[in-house]
Amino acid sequence: MTELEDYAGRIEALAQRLGMDYYPVDFEMAPASLMTEIAVYGLPVRMPHWSFGVRYIHQLVRQSMGHSKIFEVMFPGDPCRAFLMDGNSIAENALVTAHVLGHADFSKNNQLFARFHAMAGGNIVETAAAHAHRIQLAIEAHGVERVESVLDAALALEAHIDVGGELHRARYPEFLAPQKAPAESQFQSRFRQLPGTAAPTAQKSGQIRAPVPPHPEYDLLWFIAHYAPELEQWERDIFLMVRTESFYFYPVFACQIMNEGWASYWHARLLREADFLPQPLYLSAIKAHSDVVRPFASGQQTALAINPYHLGFTIWERIVERHGIERAREVRRDEDDFGFIRNFLDEELAKEAGLFVYETRPGDEIRVASKDISAIREAILAPKFNFGSPRVSAAELKHDGSLTLAHDYASDGRGLEVNRAKRVLDYVHRVWRRPVKLATANDKNEAVELAA
Amino acid sequence: MTIRLAAETPWYDLFSRGARDWLRHNEKVRDAVKDTLPELLSSADLMTGNGSRTVAVPVKFLEHARLRLADASTQQGAGQGRGEPGDVLQPGREDGNEPGQQGGTGDGEIRFMVELKLDEIVDWLWEELKLPELKPKRTATMDQAEYVREGWDKRGARSRLDRRRTMKEAVKRHAIQGNAAANGSVAVAEEPISLVNDDLRFRQLVKRPSPATSAAVIFALDVSGSMDEAQRRLAKQFFFFALQGIRRQYAKVETVFLAHAAQAWEFDESQFFQASSSGGTVTSSVARLALEVMEKRYDPARYNVYFFYASDGENAAEDRDEARSALAEIAGQVNYSGYCETGGVATFRPRDTQLAEIFGELKTTGLAVGTSHLASQDDVWNAIREFFTEQSKE
Repeated sequence: MTELEDYAGRIEALAQRLGMDYYPVDFEMAPASLMTEIAVYGLPVRMPHWSFGVRYIHQLVRQSMGHSKIFEVMFPGDPCRAFLMDGNSIAENALVTAHVLGHADFSKNNQLFARFHAMAGGNIVETAAAHAHRIQLAIEAHGVERVESVLDAALALEAHIDVGGELHRARYPEFLAPQKAPAESQFQSRFRQLPGTAAPTAQKSGQIRAPVPPHPEYDLLWFIAHYAPELEQWERDIFLMVRTESFYFYPVFACQIMNEGWASYWHARLLREADFLPQPLYLSAIKAHSDVVRPFASGQQTALAINPYHLGFTIWERIVERHGIERAREVRRDEDDFGFIRNFLDEELAKEAGLFVYETRPGDEIRVASKDISAIREAILAPKFNFGSPRVSAAELKHDGSLTLAHDYASDGRGLEVNRAKRVLDYVHRVWRRPVKLATANDKNEAVELAA
Repeated sequence: MTIRLAAETPWYDLFSRGARDWLRHNEKVRDAVKDTLPELLSSADLMTGNGSRTVAVPVKFLEHARLRLADASTQQGAGQGRGEPGDVLQPGREDGNEPGQQGGTGDGEIRFMVELKLDEIVDWLWEELKLPELKPKRTATMDQAEYVREGWDKRGARSRLDRRRTMKEAVKRHAIQGNAAANGSVAVAEEPISLVNDDLRFRQLVKRPSPATSAAVIFALDVSGSMDEAQRRLAKQFFFFALQGIRRQYAKVETVFLAHAAQAWEFDESQFFQASSSGGTVTSSVARLALEVMEKRYDPARYNVYFFYASDGENAAEDRDEARSALAEIAGQVNYSGYCETGGVATFRPRDTQLAEIFGELKTTGLAVGTSHLASQDDVWNAIREFFTEQSKE
C-alpha cells in the first residue's frame, strides 16, 4: 500500500463518519498526457473529431505557458471514476482525493445528476468509449469524410438538446388523435330513437397526419436523428451518441459553481479534520487549496472572470455557517447554479467577494459597470442559459422534406452571428440533404432567413 | 482503497487522440490551402532555388462553427476584485475599431505555419489540372553505366573501408577468442579490441547499366523594353511550372537561361529575370544562341530538350525570315517548343503578332509546337495544361 493509498483510505473513512454519501469511487493514476486529453475531450475515450485537435493544441499552449494546471478529473457514475495526475505531489493528490469525494457526494445526491444517472446509467466512461469504437467502425466502413460530415453537424448542435426532456423518447404520434364526437344533446338522442330513419353511417374520414414537429422542437439532435429524410442508420446512430454525451455533460455544466464549490468545501473540511496527516503534508495541501480556491492569479487585483471554485466555496461556507450542514445538503439536492446563485449569493457576500459587472465597449475599453446584486447574478448566469447556446428550434418539416429552424431572437435579445450560423446550416444541410432554412434576426433586429 | 495506475488499464494504449485529431485538422488545413493554391502561388516567389524547398504559408486554425449570438455592442461579464462602477480596467485603443494586435483572448488567434514542399505543391497541381506525364523521346534513352554498392569483401581500396562492419567483425572474433580463453566467465573487454587484417571489410562496387533520363530545358525570354514587369512575372511563372513538370519526369534536368533584346545572352538563373535591355527585338538572335547551346552541350540525340520562349510577340519586321528559319530548326530538333505570348487583355491586337504567326505556321507543319497567350494568372494554368496534354499525345 502506498502512502497515498493509506491517506486516501483514511480520508474516505473520515468522509463516511461526516455523513458523506456517494457511490464507490475508482481512483486511477494517469500520466499528464492522458489528463490533458481528458480535459480536451471531456471524457477519457471519446469520438475522434478534428475540432478536438484544435482544442488540444490550445490546451497544450496554455499548459506550456503555465496558465492551466490539471489536478483531477472525475466522472460521476456508479462507480465514479476519478483520475489523479501522477506528476502531482502526495499532498496535492491527498487534497484531490478529498475533493473528488466531494464531487461524488454531490453527483449522487443532486437531482439533476441523479436524473441523468437514472436515464443513462452510471457508466459514462465506458459508454463514451463504446461510442468511440462504433464511430471508428463507421469510419472504416464509410470513410473518414462521411463520418466527419455527420460529426460536424452533430457536434455543432451538441448543446441543442432539450435539457428538461427525456433521454429516451418516442417519435411523435403519427396521426392526430381522433376527435371525440361531441356529447349528444337530449334532442339528438331522442331523435335518434325515432323509428323510420336509419342511423347515418359514420363518415370514414381516415386518420389525419399530425404535423411534424407538433410544437417547436428544441431537441435538435433528437429531431434530426429521427426525422431527417435521408439519414442512414449509422448516421442516426452518431447523432444519438452525441446526444447521450450531451445529456451527460449538461448537469456538469449547469451545476459547475455549486459542484466545484461543494467539492472545495469538503476537501477543505476533510483535510482540516484529518488529524492523521503529517503537518508538512497538511500545509502543502492547504497551499494547493488556496491556489485553486482564489479569485484571481497572484499579484493581480482584479479578474475578468469568476473562479467557480472560489465563488462556490464562499457561498457554501456561508450557507453552512448560517443554516447548518443539513440545510446545505438540501440545497445541494435541490438546486442547480441558477437557483444557487439567485437564492444564495446575496448582496453582503457579493460585496465581500468584490464581485462586479464589467462592460467591454467597442475599442476594447473595459469598465466596471455595476455592483448591483441582480446585475451581478445575471452576468454570472448569462453564459449558462440554455446550455450556453442560443435558443433554436425545429419549426417546420415540409412535405418536400425541407426543414425550417427558428431562432427565438426575441427571447435571446438579438440575432445569431451570421457567418457561423451559415456554416452550421451548411453542416446540417449535408446530413439533412434537403433544403434547410434558419430564421433569425439581423443586427437591426429585423427577421432574416438564412438558407442552405 | 486502491489506486490503480493508468498504465494497468489496457485501453489507454489505444489512444493518443489529441495528436491524432490535430493531424487530421492539419490535413484539412492543407486541403483548404490546396483549394486556394493558384492564388497563393501567384504571390509567392517560388521560381529560384531547387525543388526541395518548402514554402511556409501562414494559416489560421480551422474553427468548428457553433450557433452563437451576434456580438452585442457592449459586452457584459462578471468579474471580481477591487473596482467601483466607472473604473476603467483596461483602456481602450485610440482608434476604436481596428482589432488589436494582442487581443489574444478569442479562439483562433494562434496562427501557425503550414510548410508545403514545392514538390508536393506541384503534385497537387498536376492532380488538380489532371495533367498527364511527359513521354521521353525514345532515342534519348541510352544506357549509362552506374556504380552501385553491393556487398563486402576482405580486400579493397582503403577509401571504401567499412568501419562499422570492421569493428563488428573484430568484436565477434574477440568474443569467440575471449570465451574460449576465459571459459565462460564474463570477460568484459577492459582493454581496447585490437584489429587484425582479417577483420577488415571493404564495400564493393559493381557496374550496373541504367537508363539515362536526362533533359535540358532552354528558356528564352524577350527582355526588350516592351516587356513590362507584369508580363515578365507571368512568363516566369509559366517557366517555373513547366520546369517543375519536367522535373517530375526526368531524373536529371539541366536548365539554360537565355535572354535577348537585339542581342542574346546566356544568364544564370538568379540573374535571368532581372535582366533587361532597352534595345529592339531580334528573335533570331536568341534562336541562334539556343541552337548553339544545343550543339555544344545538349545534343538532342542524347537529351530530351524542351524549348520555351516568352515574348510580347513584336519582332523586328526585317528579322522575320531569319527568325522563322531558326525557330523551325529548333522545333525540328527538340521534344517540344513552346511559345507564350504575354500581354494584357487590354492590348488590342487586330491580327496575330509576327511571332504568333511564325509559331502558328510551324505548328501546321506538324512539328511539336505549342502557343499560348498569357494575360492573367489563370492563363498560366491553361498554358501549362495545354503544354502537358499536347506533349503526352505525341
